Amino acid sequence: MMGGQRSDPRPRFRVGHSVLTGCKVDDLIAEFLTETAESLEVVDSELVKFEANPNERKTLDNIFRLVHTIKGTCGFLGLGRLEAVAHAGETLLGRFRDGKLEVTPTAVTLVLHSIDRIKLILNGLEQTGNEPDGDDQDLISQLEAMAEGREVAIETVQAVQVPDRPINADIPEVVIAETKPELDRPLRPGEVSLDELEAAFLAAEAPDWMSDPEPEPAVEAQAEAPKAEAKPEPKVEVPVTAAPKAEPVEAPSGALAAALGEENGGIATTQSIRVSVDVLEGLMTLVSEMVLTRNQLLQISRNREDSAFATPLQRLSTLTGELQDSVMKTRMQPIGAAWKKLPRLVRDLSHELGKKIDLIMEGEGTELDRQVLELIRDPLTHMVRNSADHGLEPTEERIALGKPANGQVKLAAFHEGGYIVIRISDNGRGLNTARIREKIVEKGLATRAEVEGMSDQQIHRYIFAPGFSTAAKVTNLSGRGVGMDVVRTNIEQIGGQIDLNSIAGHGTTFTIKIPLTLAIVSALIVGAGGQKFAVPQTSVMELVRTGTNAEHKIEKINDALVLRLRDKLLPLVQLGPTLQLETATEENATFVMVIQVGERRYGLVVNDVLDTEEIVVKPLASILRDVDLFSGATILGDGSVVLILDPNALSERAGNMLEEKVEDGAEDAIAESAQGQKVAMLLFRAGGGAPKAVELEHITRLEHIESDKIERMDGRAALQYRGKLMPILNVADAYGFKEQDIQPLLVFTGEGYAMALAVDEIVDVVEDFLNIELSPDRPGVRGTAVITGRACEILDVDHYLLRGLAEHARRQHPSAQDLITEAA
Amino acid sequence: MSIRDYVTLRVGGQLFGVDAARVHDVFHPRGLTPVPLSRTEIAGVLNLRGRIVTAVCARRRLGLGPRPADAPEPLAIGLEVHGDSYGLVIDSVDEVLKLDDEKFHAPPGNLPPRWAEIIVGVYQLEKELLIVLDPHTLLDAAHLKAA
Repeated sequence: MMGGQRSDPRPRFRVGHSVLTGCKVDDLIAEFLTETAESLEVVDSELVKFEANPNERKTLDNIFRLVHTIKGTCGFLGLGRLEAVAHAGETLLGRFRDGKLEVTPTAVTLVLHSIDRIKLILNGLEQTGNEPDGDDQDLISQLEAMAEGREVAIETVQAVQVPDRPINADIPEVVIAETKPELDRPLRPGEVSLDELEAAFLAAEAPDWMSDPEPEPAVEAQAEAPKAEAKPEPKVEVPVTAAPKAEPVEAPSGALAAALGEENGGIATTQSIRVSVDVLEGLMTLVSEMVLTRNQLLQISRNREDSAFATPLQRLSTLTGELQDSVMKTRMQPIGAAWKKLPRLVRDLSHELGKKIDLIMEGEGTELDRQVLELIRDPLTHMVRNSADHGLEPTEERIALGKPANGQVKLAAFHEGGYIVIRISDNGRGLNTARIREKIVEKGLATRAEVEGMSDQQIHRYIFAPGFSTAAKVTNLSGRGVGMDVVRTNIEQIGGQIDLNSIAGHGTTFTIKIPLTLAIVSALIVGAGGQKFAVPQTSVMELVRTGTNAEHKIEKINDALVLRLRDKLLPLVQLGPTLQLETATEENATFVMVIQVGERRYGLVVNDVLDTEEIVVKPLASILRDVDLFSGATILGDGSVVLILDPNALSERAGNMLEEKVEDGAEDAIAESAQGQKVAMLLFRAGGGAPKAVELEHITRLEHIESDKIERMDGRAALQYRGKLMPILNVADAYGFKEQDIQPLLVFTGEGYAMALAVDEIVDVVEDFLNIELSPDRPGVRGTAVITGRACEILDVDHYLLRGLAEHARRQHPSAQDLITEAA
Repeated sequence: MSIRDYVTLRVGGQLFGVDAARVHDVFHPRGLTPVPLSRTEIAGVLNLRGRIVTAVCARRRLGLGPRPADAPEPLAIGLEVHGDSYGLVIDSVDEVLKLDDEKFHAPPGNLPPRWAEIIVGVYQLEKELLIVLDPHTLLDAAHLKAA
């Protein structure tokens, strides 16, 4: 927060526009509303801080100053009801400050109630322009009683319904750093200087502790505004221990101090003016159009070599780029702005639920586009509520479990590439895997057999499924039907991703990754099916040229296309056919774009890569939103409109070929618990159920053969392979071989013989820790293990080798039936 | 008594009207980029003076047959719904008519459902009927899905 005991005491009153000119009270009130809403948010969180640490003098000073400012401004604007409440609150705070009253949760609650009341009145003021009618005597007498040290039954204070959003939600504003505005012309008759006016304003607001050299002219300039009325209260209500005396150097005195306040008061570096968001949005649109026009010009100039425009155009282009960056910066806001309400929220929750909760916030200064900020505000609030309400155990339970009595909810934000990553973690009980599993089956989201085959993490992810809510007890604060699915939808709508990691008894961590801005991105322009599309460059890892003469060839496993890339199999999605623009052919697949979405990786097959361009993302009309493969559209340099592909949605279109990989950072605990080194595993599917895996080192070769080459004799299958007859076994006996197309085979070698396993589909080659968890008594399966976040059955190679050997033996010694029995 | 202005237009021979206050501009829908996997009513997206406009084919929206091959180049009227810019592709634009509210009638009950929900009402002109369209339901995604 603001540093220094003597930080700027002035209401940051922007004189530039409204006061000197029209001086309309409406304008003043609008300014006041905006500012006060901001101050109140600060007061909310400061009070919570203060309650936790009543000896923190600086915090109290800050609260006191803010409330005092509100009171002062109310008096100045003739808002009697507000002033009375603020005054009573201030008096109580003054008693804290003087050390005459002990800080108790009851007292803080009472102050918070008065803040709520102020918000309520402000809300009315915003809607009607006048203070709403009402009587605050109940609250005021309680505040006074508390200030006098009498007992107060806090329950009688009516809980005030405060709107969820800041009261100025309709006219959001951002603050831009700027130098102090100065008038660069002589003052006209009747005008007063900014400094004088501010000084006068100060004096009017707090006459009793400011020495007051010349307030009069300015107050006259305010003729239309209600004059600051001399307050009937004696000086006692404003503690005289205020700064000027204590720190004569830092705060010289009076108007001079006020004029120099920002230079000397410890917040000298961040000066700001208010700019309406509409103006910024307008600026943004203009710059976006300018970027497009620049692109068009560049395109024209590229086609003409002798152009005298080339140099100035280059300059224009650079400037446009810089302008674009600067305007983008004005849209950036620290994520802390979305967290402001949380301390108060957690405090109230803590009281209501009887849990002790610490809220830790890290990286509040991490900046992101305010449009994105607005969109994640509600989901974040919801998740913090969830963590505090459902995640953390009641205090007694925690103590019984030997955990620290105070539960912890931690918010952390940091930048990573073009993204901001936000983690919300608690050290509570973790998700109840068994209950979620029951619920999945109960709701028919998956069958019991499927659920049994899933890893804990896969099961946990079902909390993001629509309509899924396990809250057995609906509390006032969460579990009101707005589930995690809504959170997920909100986050995915802005191109973000959400995942979670939960360890029973240790807590749950949600990780959200969202793009920093939605407005301008670099994109690759690609061609497919005779049409152009834009692919956001952030998700493109590399481009691979394929085709007949290229080093890399697209291969086919069953119907699925894969690319062998550095010994890994990359699943492919063909853009043209996916968009139903052309039928699948391998001839015109000339490029594979390796695309990374979250932890997934796949290849997007396109016919052509044409250009890279900075594009201004425009949302699609709502009539097109059901086409989920596009995230927007843009106008290219040549004036044509192209659609922007959504790599995330495309990866889903690619289906279950794409393995989800466990995120590294969030999974520390899991990684630690796993033993040994990472092992390369081949993942494949055979016979339905969970995917299967086998250590790569056991496999001699992967083969894809035409099904009709398989020879069948009395229910057994074999293949002519390198001059010998190689037996082919089926992983799941219930499923026959493929009747047509290509049959993928895993070839194993035993002592002097080879055998093959027929599988349905080869999925991927991955590296992960192999930690086999269960040993079911099924032949051919060693157990299950979580590999890259998925439960897989680990193949028992020895079992199949033995069966293969039995097949060989049988062929040579038909009586070797006992061997087969033994193997099976 | 109040008078309203209507932009009148023709689709498949039928006369329609749209509240003139809602019509931003009239233009030739050129340079259309088709949107794969979208509904058949969507003709594509186009660049109209730096704005991206979604063109919706009125014939397909109303369930009328395709435009005859020898028909003149179609026109589009620019409309705004829920903050999005749309171009409703029609056969031709007639004049702007001032019509008295008193001559306005609720739509008859025997219209096919596809029509019933996008029609505000009907004016009885001397020679023919003028069907007043509601751009909101005409271009609303939810109504489109239902159609």
